[in-house]
Amino acid sequence: MIELEGIWRTYQMGEEVLHALAGVDLTVTEGEHVAIMGPSGSGKSTLLNVIGLLDRATKGRYHFDGRDVTDLTDDELSAVRQQSIGFVFQSYHLVARLDAVENVALPMVFAGVPRRERLKRAEAALDAVGLGPRKHHRPAEMSGGQRQRVAIARATVMGPGVLLADEPTGNLDSASGSQVLDLLGNMNREGLTLVVVTHDPAVARRAERVVVLGDGCIAREWQGSDVVSLEQLFGSQAEQSSP
Amino acid sequence: MSSLDQLRFALHALSFHRLRTGLCLLGIAIGVSAVALLTSLGEGARRYVNTQFKSLGTNLVIVVPGRSETAGTIPGVGGAPNDLTLADARALEREVHQARLVVPISMGSETVANRERHKQVLVLGGTDGFIPARELDLERGENLPEMEWNRSSSVIVLGAELAAELFPGENPLGQKVRVGDRRLRVIGVMADHGQQVGLDIGLMGLVPVATAMSMYDEPGLFRIIIPIRAHADMQSAMDRIEQVLFERHGELDFTVITQDSVAGALGSILGALTLALAGIASISLIVAGIGIMNVMLVTVSERTPEVGLLRALGAERQQVKRLFLWEAALISTVGGALGLLITWGATRALGIYLPNFDASPPGWAVAAALTVSIGVGLIFGVLPANKATRLDPVAALRQ
Repeated sequence: MIELEGIWRTYQMGEEVLHALAGVDLTVTEGEHVAIMGPSGSGKSTLLNVIGLLDRATKGRYHFDGRDVTDLTDDELSAVRQQSIGFVFQSYHLVARLDAVENVALPMVFAGVPRRERLKRAEAALDAVGLGPRKHHRPAEMSGGQRQRVAIARATVMGPGVLLADEPTGNLDSASGSQVLDLLGNMNREGLTLVVVTHDPAVARRAERVVVLGDGCIAREWQGSDVVSLEQLFGSQAEQSSP
Repeated sequence: MSSLDQLRFALHALSFHRLRTGLCLLGIAIGVSAVALLTSLGEGARRYVNTQFKSLGTNLVIVVPGRSETAGTIPGVGGAPNDLTLADARALEREVHQARLVVPISMGSETVANRERHKQVLVLGGTDGFIPARELDLERGENLPEMEWNRSSSVIVLGAELAAELFPGENPLGQKVRVGDRRLRVIGVMADHGQQVGLDIGLMGLVPVATAMSMYDEPGLFRIIIPIRAHADMQSAMDRIEQVLFERHGELDFTVITQDSVAGALGSILGALTLALAGIASISLIVAGIGIMNVMLVTVSERTPEVGLLRALGAERQQVKRLFLWEAALISTVGGALGLLITWGATRALGIYLPNFDASPPGWAVAAALTVSIGVGLIFGVLPANKATRLDPVAALRQ
């Protein structure tokens, strides 16, 4: 699904050259659940943005769903994002003036789905995240957990292959956080490829694979049952750097 | 993404910031109504002058004392070496065969009184030809008698309104009025023709020209008006008039003008004035456009994370740009429509107070004001929209 080969992302900061990513090789297969961890500044978010085609690698090749997307034009990248990638952000990024249904319907507006069908599909997506009764509430009238579930409904309403989540529970208490994670877990079990960036070992533990970044490179990887022991290994460091 | 969706999105965004949107609309509305209203007034004035001059008949030649270098303008007062005399008028009547009539005119302001009722009005000295020359009618009584122009006679023809003021509920015919220190007998009342180019026919007295000249102790005529025969050539008539008077005076110390040239000159002055007013008013429209730009720039920086989100959701750069352009276009179009509504209301209100002043905005001004306002909105909307378009989605999302 996602194949990164020797990905570099370099920023020019005045005189200095900053390597946010320095030769990352990463393959995520279809239906996989991967967590990306690492201290602040290790390049987690940059990696997620490159995977999500919001940012371009300075060097390296990227195949998405079997297609080389390294040199696509801006509009072509938009089309791939629209059809195949869902985003969930720490701060939800809901449009404050639109109610829940309209927020969920937003990606379909740009895809040119007719309004009637758009609203029907958006309502179904809201039902699927358990927010059917709140469909006409605006973000300001909802709790953090509800807002994040609206955001998840929006990220999945186009039926993307991949969902990218950047600290999805970062602003949530543990109860609504685990509700959100359960929801994402269920979607993953139904075949959605899930890549989650997190500081929180409790979040990472739910993944099948954990990739730890350090200084723009992949420092460690845990697979399968190893992940469970990760909390003890990583706990203290993650506690310190979480916001 | 359909235009309807874009429109809906823009409307949503605008209605979310009611005060800001409202103030922007107001700015554009004031700009558009300023342009439309000022051009309406200018055009109205031009039309008014035109119809007023038309009502005098078009083939009217006027001889005024004094020389003006440029034909077609109204000659300056004073500095006339030779007066225009009654003898000049007689000569013109005799020798200019194109003339339908020749009417010598003397003019002044006098108090006309019937016992304690009195009014200061224009008392014009003329002949029996004045009423047909100005295409007026008598309401009752008689015209000035046909007689030698250099003979005085103690008679007066009153304007309708003057007659009504001096003789409320009475028949003025045969009664005496005091004009200055003279007592004149009312022999006729003119029909009400309203205002005619600076001369209020209703509030006017008409006396024999010699009577007026001695009353004002004025040896020269104010002017001579000469209606030309329907099929005669204006230019040859003017040449002939000039020739006859030149022979008598030995110099060009008079000016021959036509009603048309005066009307034309006034019309072009008013036209230029209208354009100047429209130009000044468009400044307010441009200021309003800058207002839109300012608000749109604030909107874009405020909604930077939203732009990032839209890009993440798969919106193309051009789609984002169009969303912001729609907002600017909506403000300027709705503002323009509001401005025209204000203009319509204002000209209607004006119409109530000045019934014979037609100040409806000219079509070209309405079209121009609307086009300019929409253009202004789009031009000043492009910069903020481009700013939104160029945002890096990653940076925008992080804000």
